[in-house]
Amino acid sequence: MEFFRIRKDIPFMRHALVFNVISLATFLLAVFFLINKGLHFSIEFTGGTLLEVSYAQAPDLDKLRKQMEADGFTDTQVQNFGSSRDVLIRVPLSKDAETSKVGDRVMASLTKVGAGGTADSPGAVGAPTLKRVEFVGPQVGKELASDGALALLLVVCGIVLYLAMRFEWRFAVSAIIANMHDVVIILGCFALFQWEFSLPVLAAVLAVLGYSVNESVVVFDRVRETFKKKRGMTTPQVLDHAITSTISRTIITHGCTQMMVTSMLIFGGPALHYFALALTIGILFGIYSSVLVASPLVMWMGVSREQFIQVKVEKQEAVV
Amino acid sequence: MNRYPLWKNATVLIALVLGLLYTLPNFFGEAPAVQVASVKSTHKVDARLMAQVADALKAASVVPQGIVLDLNSVRVRLADTDTQLKAKDVIEKALNPVAADATYSVALNLVTNSPNWLTGIHALPMYLGLDLRGGVHFLLQVDMKGALTKRLDSIGADLRSLMRDKNIRHGGISREGQSVAIRFREADIRDKARAILADSQPDLLLVDAQEGPDLKLMATLKPQAEKRIQEFAVKQNITTLHNRINELGVAEPVIQQQGADRIVVQLPGVQDTAKAKDILGRTATLEVRMVDDEASANPSIMEQAARGQPPAGTEYYVERGGRGLLVKKQVVLTGERLTDAQPGFDNQTHEAAVHLSLDSAGARIFKDVTRESVGKRMAILLIEKGKGEVVTAPVIRTEIGGGRVQISGRMSTMEANDVALLLRAGSLAAPMEIIEERTIGPSLGADNIKKGFNSTLGGFAAIAVFMMAYYLLFGAVSVLALSANMLLLVALLSLLQATLTLPGIAAIALALGMAIDSNVLINERVREELRNGSTPQAAITAGYERAWATILDSNVTTLIVGVALLIFGSGPVRGFAVVHCLGILTSLFSSVIISRAVVNLIYGRRRKLDSLSIGQIWKPGLSTK
Repeated sequence: MEFFRIRKDIPFMRHALVFNVISLATFLLAVFFLINKGLHFSIEFTGGTLLEVSYAQAPDLDKLRKQMEADGFTDTQVQNFGSSRDVLIRVPLSKDAETSKVGDRVMASLTKVGAGGTADSPGAVGAPTLKRVEFVGPQVGKELASDGALALLLVVCGIVLYLAMRFEWRFAVSAIIANMHDVVIILGCFALFQWEFSLPVLAAVLAVLGYSVNESVVVFDRVRETFKKKRGMTTPQVLDHAITSTISRTIITHGCTQMMVTSMLIFGGPALHYFALALTIGILFGIYSSVLVASPLVMWMGVSREQFIQVKVEKQEAVV
Repeated sequence: MNRYPLWKNATVLIALVLGLLYTLPNFFGEAPAVQVASVKSTHKVDARLMAQVADALKAASVVPQGIVLDLNSVRVRLADTDTQLKAKDVIEKALNPVAADATYSVALNLVTNSPNWLTGIHALPMYLGLDLRGGVHFLLQVDMKGALTKRLDSIGADLRSLMRDKNIRHGGISREGQSVAIRFREADIRDKARAILADSQPDLLLVDAQEGPDLKLMATLKPQAEKRIQEFAVKQNITTLHNRINELGVAEPVIQQQGADRIVVQLPGVQDTAKAKDILGRTATLEVRMVDDEASANPSIMEQAARGQPPAGTEYYVERGGRGLLVKKQVVLTGERLTDAQPGFDNQTHEAAVHLSLDSAGARIFKDVTRESVGKRMAILLIEKGKGEVVTAPVIRTEIGGGRVQISGRMSTMEANDVALLLRAGSLAAPMEIIEERTIGPSLGADNIKKGFNSTLGGFAAIAVFMMAYYLLFGAVSVLALSANMLLLVALLSLLQATLTLPGIAAIALALGMAIDSNVLINERVREELRNGSTPQAAITAGYERAWATILDSNVTTLIVGVALLIFGSGPVRGFAVVHCLGILTSLFSSVIISRAVVNLIYGRRRKLDSLSIGQIWKPGLSTK
């Protein structure tokens, strides 16, 4: 089997402007959603209490909500999680004391509904079983946010430094621009659909950053090689050649990774759902941005053959 | 020719064998077990306890499948859960004759079913995080400001008695925020006081100040002293928590410091958060009381007391070492007055000893009491849950002043350590607050394992099918390399006993999904070399060599992300990062070196090689089907 039977180099660079305009538009849209709607942070960031309970039979969520309100929990979210018998309850942080006891109080409140199979509501669903409780105090959330930002900064600096060392600063800068735009787009999607942004999602976002930089690296590697090997090609031609000769690897690799991620989406259950979702968006945009955004950026920054002549000597040493 | 030197083949082989060995324990599953640990740090878990457990089981004709002694517990492996429950009762009865006064905690646990020789080479199953096995997780914040104020209050009391001793008239000593203010009327008295304070209180930073007509001396803690007090507070709280949690009978509790002022407590298998919280927040106290020597020396009274009828005004206790004694009910001193307890040695006799530091009020009381009762015995009791234990009851030899008390006699160095620990562990050094709590039910944990496992398996199968269809034999080699990668990754996780969480499993899956990239790169390169007209053998060599630089670059960038997550991540992110980093390392080895070894094995020796089984090579310009 050979999927990619390409006779000539595909003239990607001719359409470079179009790709970048599309890219910019998506990016701006993502920023717009981020500002307008904001991220729906999980309680790990915001603080609060989260309970996951399961019932023998599907409970009436409205009844649960009413009981919770009657017991003094305002502004709580009650929703199904995974199946109709599993219920997720989120209670935000409240100013009054005893925040660490909210979990117990919610359980007491839920048990009232479960046991109270009164005459007008015969559908008693039985007492709930507690599957999971999470309580996060206000101190923790702020730190997580700042730690996340620091991790992002470290990743960006580390990658730029490494690429600048191995290749050229132009490559480093364009790779990081292209891939930061992936990150923003993932965040934009999470803001648009109001998907829950939790710690595993943060990990996925950063993993995507490394993953799509890796994509750019493969293309850049080819660019460097082509510059050295083939004389008399213009820069756009070199870039076209590099992208064309790596395109089959790009598609196959991402296809394989996506197979794994899809498997996580199918079998991983609700706990891994958003993690896998973030990866999916990241992988799709990763291909696009690292190939079709990073390369034109390199071109516009004025990459040329001469920049690799010294590198060539260095590289031979590295190989031996 | 494509052949590996012997050492390279040997490396691959050894890596695979080791990988297999350390992955193996994960397949054996777990057997029910009973775990015995000491609740009191004065009772050690040793071979004697192991023999005791074995005897008890023998007497009750329970046949254990194995008894193992590890660092701080004895574990008895049993055939099924019925015998497990029976064995627990038997051991409980044998070791803790009085249920209310338990010396050992006897807990139900699971131990790995893998054979002893595997456990002998430290091949253990992966260490599962709470989200996979169920349990409670607490993050506690130690109130550092509280620890400092507590300390400053006691310094204030110290200064008061110091001023009195040195006959310096002052206009009052009070704590103002994070400093202690001493007021004076005249400047020369203040100078005198400052000289004395600088001598006797090296921890304090002294600054002159003025408020209206009053001259003041402001004493604050030096930064290094502050740091020491805070470190001490966290350490003591951890010790206290350890002691308390031991009573819960939790199989493998994790109690660790996180950052400067936080403590993580993880209790696998515990579901009752209310009880756990109650125990974490409880306080234990130390008491010093006088021993009723006359009554204690009278055998008939002692006999009566042992039966539960002590003379009025006294209580009957059994001292460590087994001798009973009567202690007066009147409390001389409480643990509130104790500022520190450290193990050490007696200056004269060089015997092991415990040095206690009392605060100024405590020191004064102690001085008075000891002066009046030279030759008598004094008992030091630890009171918990309304129940007391005499830790030690030494004879008072001389009047003891200055608040430095030494307990010595009949103690080994080890015992001195334990007593010091016990005394320190009595109460919390600083208040704590629960800032994060997570409870995961056991069914959810098992569910998470299943889901994580299924995702990995599903993805792996899909990739394997595709690779073999697309690259034929080279695809099969890639799948082999990918399996080796998984084997090595699991082996490494088992060997390091890194905590595996659900995000960790996701990271394993992702690592596999990303690792295949290296093999795709190699295979595509080999195809390309063939397309450009290289001979098969040359194509293999060139393909692997050219792909290597790319593989290295792309893996380093991914590794940068992993390291950043490892540094800044906490909780679930860290679990992800550990596996992510390890996965990159194992994938570099397996996808390049192992796959090459296999390819060499298949093709390397053939002199006449016409084609490679790497799928159809399409050449532009030629018509192919």
